[in-house]
Amino acid sequence: MIKALKFQLKTWTLWELFQGMALTLKYFFKPKITVLYPEEKTPMSPRFRGKHALRRYDNGEERCIACKLCEAVCPANAITIESEARDDGSRRTTVYDIDLFKCIYCGFCEEACPVDAIVETRTFEYTFEPGDIHVMSKDMLLAFGDKMETQIAADRAADAKYR
Amino acid sequence: MFDRLQTLLAQWVHADVATVLVILVQAMMVIVPLLLAVAYLTYAERKVIGYMQVRLGPNRVGYAGLLQPIADALKLVMKEVIIPSQSNVYLFLIAPVLAIAPAIAVWAVVPFDDGMVIADINAGLLYILAISSIGVYGIVIAGWASNSKYAFLGALRSSAQKVSYEIAMGFALVTVIMTAGSMNLTDIVMGQQGGMLSWYWIPLLPMFVVYFISGVAETNRAPFDVAEGESEIVAGFHVDYSGMTFAVFFLAEYAMMILISFLTAIMFMGGWLSPFEGIPGLETLFSFVPGLAWLALKVFILLFVFLWFRATFPRYRYDQIMRLGWKILIPLTILWVFVVGSMAYFKVAPWFVHGGIA
Repeated sequence: MIKALKFQLKTWTLWELFQGMALTLKYFFKPKITVLYPEEKTPMSPRFRGKHALRRYDNGEERCIACKLCEAVCPANAITIESEARDDGSRRTTVYDIDLFKCIYCGFCEEACPVDAIVETRTFEYTFEPGDIHVMSKDMLLAFGDKMETQIAADRAADAKYR
Repeated sequence: MFDRLQTLLAQWVHADVATVLVILVQAMMVIVPLLLAVAYLTYAERKVIGYMQVRLGPNRVGYAGLLQPIADALKLVMKEVIIPSQSNVYLFLIAPVLAIAPAIAVWAVVPFDDGMVIADINAGLLYILAISSIGVYGIVIAGWASNSKYAFLGALRSSAQKVSYEIAMGFALVTVIMTAGSMNLTDIVMGQQGGMLSWYWIPLLPMFVVYFISGVAETNRAPFDVAEGESEIVAGFHVDYSGMTFAVFFLAEYAMMILISFLTAIMFMGGWLSPFEGIPGLETLFSFVPGLAWLALKVFILLFVFLWFRATFPRYRYDQIMRLGWKILIPLTILWVFVVGSMAYFKVAPWFVHGGIA
């Protein structure tokens, strides 16, 4: 009886509707969570997986030894590697292509790499227009690695203790 | 002011032409601010809903996104008007006109301040009910002329909903007429003189709520927007409309929203009367505020409630809408007609002492 009365009272005073409106009004005055993207950016993890780069040792020697582990592990078959012996007898790549259209940015290549040669950087703001080259060649990867080396090294250092 | 304009114009042209010109000027003085208000209501809607969802809403075009409605309007104007090949072209193009014409015509009798009304006719409320009902034709014809089953079903849903809620709305207005003893909107406002407590929202509280809910349903707004239901079905009766023809439907809907807010403010919230009337001190303190500002403030609050509803309530099912309209609102309004009748008979102060039917 009391329960039915309470129910009717709630119904006719629109009690629950007012509760709902109070809730939305509360949120109306809350600080907004929107990030104004080009001006503001959300914090990024050192593990972020963006555009690829090939690294070098401090003496300028390229790290990649053409073991092809990355090519083997790549689930999207985005990596193509061809290798030859260099004049000094060491094995090096002649072709190292990453098709950025095929790549799913899983980071397996980076994990598979025994010499930390192929890495994924924080760069994610890049586009391709029709006709643009979407396959990163070895030269492009190395050049990009040279350009980003400080950031890449800092990110690896920050993440090292969890590895 | 308009008399002087008329005599001035009569020196140049024939007196009848001068009259027509003055009427045109008056109409423009209502329509232009109305269309601007509609444009910025869409902006306010996006901002308010955004804020309630803890985001910012449009903020890119102009300062704080203030030019967004202009950009939207420009986009719609430039878009192609697609006319379906199997449609009835004549009716297809006349339907948006039939939708917007009543939404603008009703403003002829809406008073903005004491004496600030284009046509101060005695059957003002009747005129509003009659003209705003014509808007349904625009919907029915749009749905039929599109020659598409989706548009047609949308038109059926939309028009059935509008017609149903018009009854509850009409009965709510009957109680207002009984209380004020007049159908003239200026008289209705004047009957509410004497501060916030003598406005009609107190004796007619359930009707105030019923009228506003019916108004929300009448304008096909959330939570009664099954006719549009952007997340479930696409747009209802105006699926096949694009560009400017779509914009006209949009305009009509928002103009009706503003109209409902105006009528609610006029009939239940004292129109342009100051809420501080009769309170010593506050009354003189706020006496400089023009009546138009008070009315605008009330309308602003009611429009905010419209948007607030949309941000808060989930959409009703169609049968729930019909149940609410026919089984709850209409019996409630009929009951309240009797309550108001007895209140008028016993001359309950302060609402029923002057005017009233008894």
